[in-house]
Amino acid sequence: MFENLTDKFDRAFKVLKGQGQITEVNVAETLKEVRRALLDADVNFKIAKEFTNEVKEKALGSEVLTAVKPGQLLVKITQESLAELMGGENEEINIKGNPGIILMSGLQGSGKTTFSGKLANYLKTKKGKNPLLVACDVYRPAAIDQLHVVGEQIGVDVFSNREEKNPVAIAQQAIQHARSNGNNVVIIDTAGRLAVDEQMMTEIAAVKKAIDPTETLFVVDAMTGQDAVNTAKAFNDRLDFDGVVLTKLDGDTRGGAAISIKSVVNKPIKFIGTGEKMEAIDLFYPKRMADRILGMGDVVSLVEKAQEQYDEEKARKLHKKIAKNEFNFNDFLDQIQQIKKMGNMKDLMSMIPGMGKAVRNLDIDDDAFKGIEAIIHSMTPAERDNHKILNGSRRKRIAAGSGTSIQDVNKLIKQFEETRKMMHLMSNKKNMANLMRQMGNMKGMPGM
Amino acid sequence: MGIFNFFSRDKKEKLDEGLEKTKSSVFSKLTKAIAGKSKVDEEVLDNLEEVLITSDVGVNTTLKIIERIEERVAKDKYLGTSELDGILKDEIAALLEENNSGSETEFTIPADKKPYVVMVVGVNGVGKTTTIGKLAHQFKKAGLKVVLGAADTFRAAAVDQLKIWAERVDVPIVEQGMNADPASVAYDTLQSAVSQDADVVLIDTAGRLHNKVNLMNELSKIKRVMMKIIPDAPHDVLLVLDGSTGQNAVEQARQFTKATEVTSLALTKIDGTAKGGVVIGISDEFKIPVKYIGVGEGMEHLQVFNKYEFVDSLFSKTE
Repeated sequence: MFENLTDKFDRAFKVLKGQGQITEVNVAETLKEVRRALLDADVNFKIAKEFTNEVKEKALGSEVLTAVKPGQLLVKITQESLAELMGGENEEINIKGNPGIILMSGLQGSGKTTFSGKLANYLKTKKGKNPLLVACDVYRPAAIDQLHVVGEQIGVDVFSNREEKNPVAIAQQAIQHARSNGNNVVIIDTAGRLAVDEQMMTEIAAVKKAIDPTETLFVVDAMTGQDAVNTAKAFNDRLDFDGVVLTKLDGDTRGGAAISIKSVVNKPIKFIGTGEKMEAIDLFYPKRMADRILGMGDVVSLVEKAQEQYDEEKARKLHKKIAKNEFNFNDFLDQIQQIKKMGNMKDLMSMIPGMGKAVRNLDIDDDAFKGIEAIIHSMTPAERDNHKILNGSRRKRIAAGSGTSIQDVNKLIKQFEETRKMMHLMSNKKNMANLMRQMGNMKGMPGM
Repeated sequence: MGIFNFFSRDKKEKLDEGLEKTKSSVFSKLTKAIAGKSKVDEEVLDNLEEVLITSDVGVNTTLKIIERIEERVAKDKYLGTSELDGILKDEIAALLEENNSGSETEFTIPADKKPYVVMVVGVNGVGKTTTIGKLAHQFKKAGLKVVLGAADTFRAAAVDQLKIWAERVDVPIVEQGMNADPASVAYDTLQSAVSQDADVVLIDTAGRLHNKVNLMNELSKIKRVMMKIIPDAPHDVLLVLDGSTGQNAVEQARQFTKATEVTSLALTKIDGTAKGGVVIGISDEFKIPVKYIGVGEGMEHLQVFNKYEFVDSLFSKTE
């Protein structure tokens, strides 16, 4: 996320490092780079221009005189300005009401249907709600089927009416259905539409008017270019939406659209979509995102994510085991599964400060653990309990059973022993530290 | 309040005003900026930069175009602003010219390849399936026998979506349902196309974010499997790009060309306010021609790319 932009900033600020004072001259070059970086990240032309001008004014202002390191100051100003530009604190969505009604809007292919599923899953698992997904896309072939498949995946009810071609009627029926069916949140997925398509824009405005949603969300592809401002403005003019959802932020997306949209319509970005899995949804934190742009990492997000997925009880038991040096392959496998639950490895690792660049070109994917898991799965319970009994013939059998080579098995066992030793040594520290340690150790294992 | 009010009220108004201008005529803005001037100077070029950047042409390509203009200005000292329009179009078209974009004018296929296999690739949501539906319609209209292959077995209901297109256009489709092995679907499709003596095969693939290694490798596998039936298949790997995507499209092109040999581009969703200018840089950098352009939702809304019309659209009113 935002890595490319971060890179550019790294370079831009390098120019300033080691210089004693911010002057019109030395700041000009840096700011030109900053502006270019913003443009490369698809930040709107005018916004990029104004932004760099503001940063410049600020940097050349009185505070500079007291600054010790001009480079740091400029980083700080840029970071704060960026964070402010992207919005203040995170704002929650409004799902009050009986039922709470969420209306999704956006262009074709922005990821509305997938995001509707993610949001339903989020409300169900994190907020204890009983959501109802509503298929109001009566145009795109098989759009209704897609929502049904998504609903099935996450175990959420889906309302559709294939006979009805009027989205307003479908939405109204769905709300009735939700009331009698005990669904306390209704998520209405609508057809993708172009802002210039008058008829379609009138239609969604009519849907909004008829059902009076508690929350109207504008879904936008994070890869959108300069046109993001026009589209966002046009949708906002018609719908006066409450919040923005940025999707597809898991690629190498620079996400400048976030900056543009926020400043043009002045509506908060509420969620980001970060992957293809139904769990890949996050709240948007402007401050963290700005930190991230500037390469300061996103430790808070990482820690929260880890905590959420990490079973406290298990962790305590594991800690004991490590202290007694009883950590075995079963625990190891368990750990891998814990990490896997946390989501996309690359996304996770890039949240660690300084790691952003390191993992960029690393080919890590969710199958990274497959080789390791296969090897452990091919061990007998006795072997998993006590790795010391793994002699040559056992290793040979495991290699054959897991479809790997003896070298892979040896490598894993060696790595395991090292990890075990390391963990034992570190067992006086917090579990989180162990987890981090392990993550650092994984490079060089089979399948990575 | 934060460190400063970035968008105080008057700033916001100024911005809105600016956007209004962007939305109206880009070229008229350019004309306004140079009105009363007889020569192409710094300010004119600055305005040109803005026009190009706001059309998603990208910083690098914009600088390249401006450099070319500057060269022309240096060569011909009396270059006036009235000639700028024509020169600009020439220079941009030249960037597209160098890789044969827009060299074709009709929906045709080489006569010596039968069946002619087109594999359609791209990231999620760019409009691959829709483009295939429209292409099938155009090829069929041109009197060719078309077979579709539903190798997007990943996205929910993608197979259904292609099936509906097959019905609409009335062409046969080969599918194995959702979650089937895409390579196996492609293999079946080619087998069926050969036995039916079809002219064109269009293979739909799952949208993939270009940074997902496994999914990208899957494309190579689909290609390898198809080669078992037709040794030089696919004859065309069509990368579909969303016209509203910004500079990330360059990265998409880079990754897809790495994973599989992309031989042509299709630009979709150009019916809104987006200009799709990024395609100029992509076509230039990777030497891949732009073949098709999607301009609407209907079956007929796919055109063979015409570079002069495209350049015109960059500088014309959007409403």
